Amino acid sequence: MQIEMRGINKAFGGNPVLRDAGFVLADGEIHALMGENGAGKSTLMKILTGVYTRDAGTVIVDGQEVVYKNPQEAEKAGIVFIHQELNVLFDLTVEENMFLGKEIHNRFGVCDKRAMRAEVRRILDVLGVKIDPGQKMDALSIGQQQMIEIAKALMVDAKVIIMDEPTAALTASETEVLFEVVKSLRKKGVSIVYISHRMEEIFELCDRITILRDGQYIGTRNIAETNMAEVVKMMIGREIGERYPERNVKLGDVVFEVKNLNCPGVFSDVNFSVRAGEVLGVAGLMGAGRTEIMQSIFGNMPHVTGQIFMDGKEIHNKNPWDAMANGIGFITEDRKVEGLMLEESIMKNISVANLNKISSGGVLNAKAERDMVRKGIQDLSIRCTGPLHVCNNLSGGNQQKVVFAKWIFTDPRVLILDEPTRGVDIGAKKEIYSIINDLAAKGVAIIMVSSELPEVLGMSDRVMVVHEGHIGGFIDKEKANQENIMILATGGQLDG
Amino acid sequence: MDKKQIMNKVQDLGALIALILLVIVISIISPQFRTVDNFLSLVRQSSINGFIAFGMTCVILTGGIDLSVGSVLALTTAFCAAFIKGGMPVALAMLLALIIGTLFGVVSGTLVTKGRLQPFIATLITMTVFRGLTMIFMDGKPISGLGSSFLLKFFGKGSLFGIPFPVILFILIFALFMFVLEKTTFGRRIYATGSNAVSAKLAGVNIDRTKLIAYAISGCMAALSGLILLSRLASAQPTLGEGYELDAIASVALGGTSMNGGRGRIWGTFVGVLIIAVLNNGLNILGVSSYYQSVVKGIVILIAVLSDRKR
Repeated sequence: MQIEMRGINKAFGGNPVLRDAGFVLADGEIHALMGENGAGKSTLMKILTGVYTRDAGTVIVDGQEVVYKNPQEAEKAGIVFIHQELNVLFDLTVEENMFLGKEIHNRFGVCDKRAMRAEVRRILDVLGVKIDPGQKMDALSIGQQQMIEIAKALMVDAKVIIMDEPTAALTASETEVLFEVVKSLRKKGVSIVYISHRMEEIFELCDRITILRDGQYIGTRNIAETNMAEVVKMMIGREIGERYPERNVKLGDVVFEVKNLNCPGVFSDVNFSVRAGEVLGVAGLMGAGRTEIMQSIFGNMPHVTGQIFMDGKEIHNKNPWDAMANGIGFITEDRKVEGLMLEESIMKNISVANLNKISSGGVLNAKAERDMVRKGIQDLSIRCTGPLHVCNNLSGGNQQKVVFAKWIFTDPRVLILDEPTRGVDIGAKKEIYSIINDLAAKGVAIIMVSSELPEVLGMSDRVMVVHEGHIGGFIDKEKANQENIMILATGGQLDG
Repeated sequence: MDKKQIMNKVQDLGALIALILLVIVISIISPQFRTVDNFLSLVRQSSINGFIAFGMTCVILTGGIDLSVGSVLALTTAFCAAFIKGGMPVALAMLLALIIGTLFGVVSGTLVTKGRLQPFIATLITMTVFRGLTMIFMDGKPISGLGSSFLLKFFGKGSLFGIPFPVILFILIFALFMFVLEKTTFGRRIYATGSNAVSAKLAGVNIDRTKLIAYAISGCMAALSGLILLSRLASAQPTLGEGYELDAIASVALGGTSMNGGRGRIWGTFVGVLIIAVLNNGLNILGVSSYYQSVVKGIVILIAVLSDRKR
């Protein structure tokens, strides 16, 4: 099956995600789709498979222009999307999962188990994997679950299979099995669209590669005729501009240090330190373990070993309130679930982390509370109708400013920011950068996890790169650029 | 105020308006209903459900539920009656009953927090076990012959300045809950825990401890209700308090507290308790059979909860 997508535009709520995006898929090839987080890879594939409708552009399949209204139509045509979050029902068996909604049954609606069992066996044989069809889905490893997803695709006679980060949760040996299966599919004439961040895998597995950046089509290369450096350049070649306000802070002593932090199966041997007034950027691919490391430091992860030091003295953060008492603040990645009580007022959200500050003997001081919240609203220019404004009705940027206000009043020595500008518009981003700079100027040590490389480069004094649960390396501001961060983030080494 | 705000206010006060309408309607129909004596006795009766409902409000605000209150009430009154019969000073026996009730609440709370059981299941377990323990402890028979202690009699039957003591206690406890939930850090933690436990924990709220204390309060309030009943009945009964959790939950729901936690006001529960009491009392006076009473109560709760959902 040949697919051509051209001039695809898509905007969500006035925010353009795809601008003139597209790609061309040939028969029986493994085609990599690459780009930074938010470049539009998944969105483009969701438009192809009818999950989203396009605002503009054409999709041509085998010479015919098509519009699939929903994923079922695309599936009927032979295009199957295997999402990163696998679409399986854990309490059902392998067989029940594969036949979900397409059970073989007689005219009385009674399922023909024998026929289904035979069909499952046949497909699993084609894939060459040994899985018992009667097993519960949650008894399978993630790699096996993925095989079942591929098996489902074969069941509907897929000619194109789209895989979104298929190896993100796989072990090395599971990845090998997956590659074998993918290659055997290619031999049978099935085309694979392979979305991944992992450069090595793409160079091992794929025939061609298409790169998207900021929702735009950048180019397509034969793997044999390109190299990692060129691909990285195509992925990130963007002007940083003056988006990042100037910061002139003299760095102080080391305030915060982490030694030999380990969490089995998640990350290991994490060592780093931050100085007063320093912004330590933390880069890495999604799923590299950055968030988990930060959650551990904040006492919100089980089974963590290692040492944490504040001003050279060891501290123990068994839970978030210990961490707060020890001078750590944490602005989490997911503002809507972890950061805010969306249904509550700005006041209650700011207060909840500062209850001791606005009370004596457990009794709240209404005036102190109001004054604190008013000051927060004013200092961070939160645009709202007042302290009682419910957070749900605020813009993303203003919500994030509420979260900042909440943490600033806890007077942290170390403030951890996890994706501080996610879902925030450009104007508010700049305001948040200024807030971060002000905090640094006051001597707060800042650890900023971000998946936006330009942001990491624009804001950090030093960049720590995390790769698959390990520290890939540190790069000073002067030497940091997108290329060397991406090399460390994908498991490469820097020369010298 | 625009129309929407007015509508919201009306809905906020919906339970109160319903209560006033109920009182007016029943008063018009029945001369016996509209006497001061009847009102005082109505509120006195409602206090028993009231204490339990206040404790229940705390638990529900954290996103939980406490089905064990009726059983806690029975077991603590059984202990209290046995203590008194065994010669323990009445004041001490009553104090012990409150402490034991609190500890029973801690048991439920521990199952929820440390045991990671769903609150419904955890308190279903404690409800069953405590009821069984009551039966075992009392051998299925009532304990009576508790002597003629002034304190014990006064608790349920006494009056100050013509107002029944349970009514005074009801209003004092209401004020206390209002203060704790609205004006203290603990109250904020209760709301935060129910509103978004993940976010609350990451903001430094010890959500497990908050929940545990909520269940402890609920247990203590159930025991307090038991003491009023013990005083009024002058005996402890093994089946005492059966089904009380339902009236309490109904009162909380009538008062507009969200069963998902995080939203609700204690005065709403106060009004909810009075609505249940007015219904019970009024329908009795009107001579409605208890079979129909249940149906009417159910319908009133349905209307209240539906009108609450519209916002």
